[in-house]
Amino acid sequence: MSAQAETDAGPRADEAPPKPAPARRKLTLRQRMWRERWAYTFIVPGALFFLVFAYVPMLGNVVAFQDYTPFRGFGGSTWVGLANFEAMLSDPEVLMALRNTLIIAVLQLVLAFPAPIALALLLDSLMSARVKRMVQTVVYLPHFLSWVIVISVWQQVFGGGGLIAGVLDGLGVSGFDAMTNADTFKLLVVAQTIWKDCGWGTIIFFAAIAGIPQDRYEAAAIDGAGAWQRMRHVTLPGLVPVATLLLILNIGSILTVGFEQLLLQQPMVGMDAAEVLDTFVYFRGVLGGEWGIATAAGLLKGVIGTVLVLAANRFAKRLGGEGIFLCRH
Amino acid sequence: MSALTVGGKPLPEPVRRRRAAGLPPWMNAPPWWVRSLKTLAIVLIVLMSAYPLIYVIAMSFAAPEQARAGVVFPTEYSLDAYRTIFEGGTVTVGLRNSLWLTVVGTTLSLVFTSMLAWGLARTRQVPGAKAVLIMVLATMFFSAGIIPNFLLVKALGLLDSLWSLIIPGLISAFNMIVIRNFFMNLPQELIEAARIDGAGEWRIFLRIVLPLSKPVLAVMALFYAVGYWNTYFNALLYINDAEKWPIQVVLQQYVLAGVTIPGSLPVADQPPPPPGVTLQMAVIVLATVPILLVYPFLQRYFTKGVLTGAIKG
Repeated sequence: MSAQAETDAGPRADEAPPKPAPARRKLTLRQRMWRERWAYTFIVPGALFFLVFAYVPMLGNVVAFQDYTPFRGFGGSTWVGLANFEAMLSDPEVLMALRNTLIIAVLQLVLAFPAPIALALLLDSLMSARVKRMVQTVVYLPHFLSWVIVISVWQQVFGGGGLIAGVLDGLGVSGFDAMTNADTFKLLVVAQTIWKDCGWGTIIFFAAIAGIPQDRYEAAAIDGAGAWQRMRHVTLPGLVPVATLLLILNIGSILTVGFEQLLLQQPMVGMDAAEVLDTFVYFRGVLGGEWGIATAAGLLKGVIGTVLVLAANRFAKRLGGEGIFLCRH
Repeated sequence: MSALTVGGKPLPEPVRRRRAAGLPPWMNAPPWWVRSLKTLAIVLIVLMSAYPLIYVIAMSFAAPEQARAGVVFPTEYSLDAYRTIFEGGTVTVGLRNSLWLTVVGTTLSLVFTSMLAWGLARTRQVPGAKAVLIMVLATMFFSAGIIPNFLLVKALGLLDSLWSLIIPGLISAFNMIVIRNFFMNLPQELIEAARIDGAGEWRIFLRIVLPLSKPVLAVMALFYAVGYWNTYFNALLYINDAEKWPIQVVLQQYVLAGVTIPGSLPVADQPPPPPGVTLQMAVIVLATVPILLVYPFLQRYFTKGVLTGAIKG
């Protein structure tokens, strides 16, 4: 990840070496701020945006500790301590949502995460650059389609009365409908994720492959390594740092498990299979008016996500990586 | 490893081919069975990625009899589905809302994101910039959750307004970092020279920084535009008034929730309406077309845009 360390130490000649600048050092903080007053006209609007729309809502999580109703507001609602959390943890629906969330998250991690690596390796091993580019054009596209479109398209292909059901009907097998089958629903969710994002995910791995020095391949070839062995012992190790970084970046949102995707399909496949923490928050909180319990569930998810990010980061550092926080500013 | 050149003899075929492709001499063509397996895999992957979309587009134009029968690929075509949809009006309203959302949202997002990126590109010189940068980066890992965001939008009086789909997501921290990285890799001599010549920060930003950053701004515009065009959940959350629904909500209503599309019910004395399937497919196509249209033009910038952000982020 040496490239990341360059983020700030870019080619700005005037700041790269900490050269002594006696004239500058005399400036007080106020003088320096005055000198850069124009820079603040760029920063202040954006900083205010993040303050209001990212940090103020975090305060809104106090609802989790209140008997909140929109009518009484934050100030007028009574504080109930951890009652919402107790109610939440004894609610069978939350436990079901938590279980579904975890199962889908693990399936995504095991099946959907490595998929782009495999596809990138396959495409990289193609000899023809033109074929490679053509395939890329096709497989990137689904990433840009909304979940509503993706589910709609899948419905037309895999749903009852869809393309495959029609073909099977013709063969004498009736009643095919992959979209409403609760038993296989979680695998369907993962398949949809792979269909939508696997191709796009290869971009970053292609870049990592391009960054592997050619002489390593040459040395391996001279030592008698065939194409498979070069991939196994040169390319794959070269992808580990990027894969680790991506894993850390994704792990914080792992419990989000395709919220829109599940929300859209829940009416078709039923709650038992498709209820996850986020859909619980939406249905019970926003639609059901049980603000306290729903916010508590959202907060639980947020806290788990934060813990996972920090843990993954520490783990990556222990393995000898740089972690993410070191190299970012 | 096979020998490369043998005296005056012509090079063997595989060697000539990899020479022509600019590949290194040690890279051998794999055996035939590996090649056929790979070809098969690639063909399958391309088919699986592209066929569903092609199928939906083709079926939206299918003649009624064929759509009812359910064919693998239609051979007779008709524009009835589109005619019915545009007469119905709801889809047109959805498309118009989404268009407005995409144009206004993308413009505002680009303006504010690139401004913040330029302001934060000089963390060393500007006191406090680093704190702001960390504050922005932290939002990539920690977010407040659905309900607090909903309550905030409600408190600001933005419910049932298209602005509720723009303002709360105006700046994406990730996109800001990508643009900032691009700015920091611009040739600094140009900017310093302008500064010495007495150009103000805004003038430098508008006249030098932005024109030099067209590739990254193009990709970011695409990302924002796709995000706005695909807005679904926030619209569901913040907008009750069906007149203000963006196309994705309209699509969900007609295709997934089974709401009847206006004009698709048979009326006495009128020719029978096109079958529901074609209508649904046509709505899907209308919601997808804008993306299919811009995609080829911006595709060549993808690698650049994603990479400056992701690898160097």
